[in-house]
Amino acid sequence: MTDSSQHAVEIVGVTKTFAGTGSKRAKSQGDGTVVALDDVSLTVSPGEFVSLIGPSGCGKSTLLRLIGDLDEPTAGTVSVFGKTARQARIDQDYGIAFQSAGLLPWRSVAANIELPLALHRFGARERRDRVAELLSLVGLSDFGDKYPEQLSGGMQQRVAIARSLAEKPRLLLMDEPFGALDEMTRERMQSELVRICAETGAAVVFVTHSIPEAVFLSDRVVVMSPRPGRIREIVPVALGDDRGELLREDSRFFAGVTAVREALHGAPAASAVRGVESR
Amino acid sequence: MRRTAGKRARAIALGTAGVLLLALAWELYKSFGPLAGWGVGGVLLLPRTDDISMPHLGAMLARTAEPLTSAADSQPVWLIVLLGCVSSLGTAFLGLLIGAVVGIGLALVMLRFRVAEAAVLPWLVLSQTVPLIALAPLVVTWGGQLQFGSFSWQRWMSVAVIASYLAFFPVAIGALRGFQSPEVAHTELMHSYAVGWWKTLFYLRLPASVPYLLPAMRLGAASAIIGTVVAEVSTGTEGGIGRLIIEFAQSGSSDPAKAYSPIAGAVLMGLAAAGIVSIMGLALSRYRRNEAQS
Ligand SMILES: Nc1ncnc2c1ncn2[C@@H]1O[C@H](COP(=O)(O)OP(=O)(O)O)[C@@H](O)[C@H]1O
Ligand SMILES: [Mg+2]
Repeated sequence: MTDSSQHAVEIVGVTKTFAGTGSKRAKSQGDGTVVALDDVSLTVSPGEFVSLIGPSGCGKSTLLRLIGDLDEPTAGTVSVFGKTARQARIDQDYGIAFQSAGLLPWRSVAANIELPLALHRFGARERRDRVAELLSLVGLSDFGDKYPEQLSGGMQQRVAIARSLAEKPRLLLMDEPFGALDEMTRERMQSELVRICAETGAAVVFVTHSIPEAVFLSDRVVVMSPRPGRIREIVPVALGDDRGELLREDSRFFAGVTAVREALHGAPAASAVRGVESR
Repeated sequence: MRRTAGKRARAIALGTAGVLLLALAWELYKSFGPLAGWGVGGVLLLPRTDDISMPHLGAMLARTAEPLTSAADSQPVWLIVLLGCVSSLGTAFLGLLIGAVVGIGLALVMLRFRVAEAAVLPWLVLSQTVPLIALAPLVVTWGGQLQFGSFSWQRWMSVAVIASYLAFFPVAIGALRGFQSPEVAHTELMHSYAVGWWKTLFYLRLPASVPYLLPAMRLGAASAIIGTVVAEVSTGTEGGIGRLIIEFAQSGSSDPAKAYSPIAGAVLMGLAAAGIVSIMGLALSRYRRNEAQS
């Protein structure tokens, strides 16, 4: 085993540019090409929770899509569990959940969670057991027969998370999965995600634009800056395994929030905050 | 649920009211319109209102219940029309089936190969501008040359082929739109599951296309029926409603009320076909959540 296989995700010197022609997107260079990511390097350990935060357009989603092999880097390499991103996708090493739950409206909640298992030809019995397990994990045991349109946004998002966990991936890729939820649902979902991650031991790369969310969930928060997309700083927060609701009022939580905020806004005091490692 | 029931009741009420209004207009014009019709410079713009040109609705209905001829074993008109309808409906259904298979097949080819969409689509549109009347004799001639073993081409087969020629077009267009309807989030989800084109088709594109396919099938069914009736007339196929329309109309002045029975039969056939598609829609209601607005 090579050393890199010890990492869940290893990103080395990744650059991603989009040819701007015909695109309605913001143009950052004269010829219309957009440098979404510029020489970005990042490693994520197995079981580690890493958040990506930064102003919109700084390349968070792009970075996540590169890890998931939904897009390819212009330069640099992305490896997932020591394999190419493509191979990891083929081997189904990760699960994804995005901002829109992306449930299939004609499949019941249970059938939506079952989708990856059905696609990959798991046995009927195994599928049924796994779906029941996942439904109870996300607290929707009574809703298996319902259809997505009959659920609230928060419940749909939980279904999407259950679906992303269906094949017990060692890595979860999540792009603002709680972005469309109200604050209360959001906090409850965060607590559930912390619990789920503790139970499954999966590594998570989590895109968000909420500082408290990033701090509450993460072992490390990757702060990015736009035009071109770069990693400005990586703030270790690691508030421990016991993350109950009380943590949100803990001084360590506030210290983390302050550290991330200062890193985001580039305040000079950032370097003075304890526990901040610069890159 | 209750709202859709209310909607349906409203639709039925409006539909019935429309038919009654039409019947009323017919009778009112017949009573008060000019007996010799009305025209400009010898061109008749409003029809005559005598019993030959415009029989009473009551007379039409009464004629339907009577036997066709005065012969002792003659069947009543309604039964003959009904048998004609069943025969034509069968042919139209076969035409729709062929049309649906061809249409969905073409849509799949266009979906699979982008180039094909650019290359085939204009021809599909063009194909629909060929007049049916021009096509019918060709199909009959070509079909007549098909003969192997005990199989020989029948007239009604030509009719089914012509019906399918009209039916495939809306199905192809609707199916293509439906197959292309899934959002990027869903196609990317399938990509992330590392499944191929066929699985994406069966798990995503096909179910997503149902809200587009149903109206397409309804259009296709209507086209197949029109195609069947017109093809029956222009190929001289016996046994169907098309032939009855011509035959009964020829009795003209001696038996004017008779001509309307097969026309009503054709209308009922169209309604029956639309009804069958609607029932199909009920069976597929699971796939019609977030029904496409079109
Ligand atoms: N498919 C694309 N084509 C062109 N430009 C894109 C595309 N995807 C992203 N971009 C551009 O790349 C930059 C980063 O986008 P994104 O990763 O979505 O940012 P974030 O998720 O941080 O808001 C933005 O300037 C965006 O306009
Ligand atoms: Mg984004």
